[in-house]
Amino acid sequence: MTAMRKLLANWLPAYAFLYIAFLYLPVLLLPVFSVNASPIPKFPLTGVTLDWYAGLPRTPALLDAAWNSLVVGIAASLLSTLLGICAARAITRYRFPGRRAVSGLIMAPLVLPEIIVAISLLLVLLQLGLSLSLFTVVLGHVLICIPYSMTVLTSGFEGFDRSLEEASADLGESAFGTFRRVTLPMVAPAIVSSLLVSFTISLDEFVMAFFLTGTDPTLPVYIWGQLRFAAKLPGVLALGTLLLAASFLLLTLAEMLRRRAERRANPQGGVLA
Amino acid sequence: MPERTMIEIASVTRSYGAFKALDDASLSIREGEFFSLLGPSGCGKTTLLRMIAGFDTPTSGSIAIDGQPMNGIPANRRPINMVFQSYAIFPHLNVEQNVGYGLKRLRLETGEEKRRVDEALAMVSLSGLGKRGATELSGGQRQRVALARALVMRPKVLLLDEPLSALDKKLREQMQVELRRLQQAVGITFILVTHDQYEALAMSDRIAVMFGGRIAQIAAPKEIYQRPVNRQVADFLGGMNFVQAEIVGEDAGQILVDTRALGRVRTDKPKLFRKNGGSATLGIRPERLRVLWDEATAKFEVAGKVVDRRYFGEITHLIVEIPGLEKPLSVTETNDFGADDIPIGAPIRLAYDPDALVAMGE
Repeated sequence: MTAMRKLLANWLPAYAFLYIAFLYLPVLLLPVFSVNASPIPKFPLTGVTLDWYAGLPRTPALLDAAWNSLVVGIAASLLSTLLGICAARAITRYRFPGRRAVSGLIMAPLVLPEIIVAISLLLVLLQLGLSLSLFTVVLGHVLICIPYSMTVLTSGFEGFDRSLEEASADLGESAFGTFRRVTLPMVAPAIVSSLLVSFTISLDEFVMAFFLTGTDPTLPVYIWGQLRFAAKLPGVLALGTLLLAASFLLLTLAEMLRRRAERRANPQGGVLA
Repeated sequence: MPERTMIEIASVTRSYGAFKALDDASLSIREGEFFSLLGPSGCGKTTLLRMIAGFDTPTSGSIAIDGQPMNGIPANRRPINMVFQSYAIFPHLNVEQNVGYGLKRLRLETGEEKRRVDEALAMVSLSGLGKRGATELSGGQRQRVALARALVMRPKVLLLDEPLSALDKKLREQMQVELRRLQQAVGITFILVTHDQYEALAMSDRIAVMFGGRIAQIAAPKEIYQRPVNRQVADFLGGMNFVQAEIVGEDAGQILVDTRALGRVRTDKPKLFRKNGGSATLGIRPERLRVLWDEATAKFEVAGKVVDRRYFGEITHLIVEIPGLEKPLSVTETNDFGADDIPIGAPIRLAYDPDALVAMGE
């Protein structure tokens, strides 16, 4: 038993290190090669340059794609957060038949094979006679963003003391006034967090965007297109690095806000004298 | 006290499916009264309070506040305010903003709102803490903020839902005194929900004792304690010795019973008195039995033997077996004469007042 424990104590840190290295090393190579002077992503590096970054704003197709991604991201995050608020509120506040089933179905896109969902959605949209556009991409993105919105919002809404809203009504405030003066300020961090998370997901999403877009590519679709040309690779690496940094930043911010919302809903400390 | 009715509750029932949380409750509460709803959890006291506040709707029956029927009037338009069990202090606002929350809607003149908030904070001894954040308060302070926030609205009725249950014992006793003083100072009708009988006895003008959705008895604290209508009420308010007795005489208001060991006693018929056969149950509180020391005698006394003893600091509980009584009597005696030193097995004589024996209804 002690021998086993010793072995584990020695090897567990090594295992953890290898695991994390395998996960993140490739990602870290992206920024490294993006500043490599040679267009071929290969060691040893031939020199440091920011030329690839400088070239990005001079590519009109890329700027269009970035704009498309921004529009889709904002629309998808607003829509999925709005729907998420309704769903999270219903699920945390009311008990109704089929509550678990509904919450399971909303979370399902998280585990469904995305390519299958994308193809099914494509078939349905075409049957409905809708032409593919950024709008259809937004629809697809809302579908996959909602589980994330729900998770973030539920953790912000859960433990929200209902007597706070009753206290507001008791003090003469109307239902709308109560929402504006009590409910909204308390869950605002969770809502912002949900917006950021869904925006990030939409920004990085490829499969849905690939199937559902018409002639306007989003950034990931644009990157996919560029990969066919070896000469364009360094630019793609630079763009990828920027996307990576943006995602990381937004998600960190979102998580900070989510924790703040959770603290607000369940204030700790000072409960007993 | 003016005898004006402030709250009239008429045959209010609240059902959830087949379960009746409140079953045909009727009571009227006077203006300026400190009224308590007392009972174990699940007895319907909170349900009744929430219906008065407007957070719940009676299935049948009606509630009127100051002569106004409240059917269909939502919580935000009732002339009452509430102190919640969790206090429900808005965590994103500071003390001042919490207390002034309800005043914002009234659009008072400049300065008037601030003056009223300060006045309310002074009333609960929180002056100077206005800028303190809601999450930086102790339990006692949160409770004071909740009180100030409700009182600043100058309601006709203040509802208190177990306001002291989250506080530790010492603070709780201090707040009982303060709450009572505050109520007398502002003259507002207070309705307190509690499961703590001492709290209800210490603070209330009148108490309604509730069990299983029904009101068992409404009376002043002393009446409730000394003349409980049935065994359930008697037990809930403290220790009680129950003695079976044979009914030997009866007139309109009283019965004459023979308890054998404790002699013949004439006592008032309780409400809901039902004769079961020819016998009745009588009760006497443990502190109404007194130990007779040495040569002392009393007009009414009974002899027995100490079978158990429990020490509680200022008092001792003695369990005394009396020949002819089914169950031993429980006696509480202060320790100034050495009740804590009476050996188990010792013979003992107890004095009692026959008036302290009350008949129980069912």
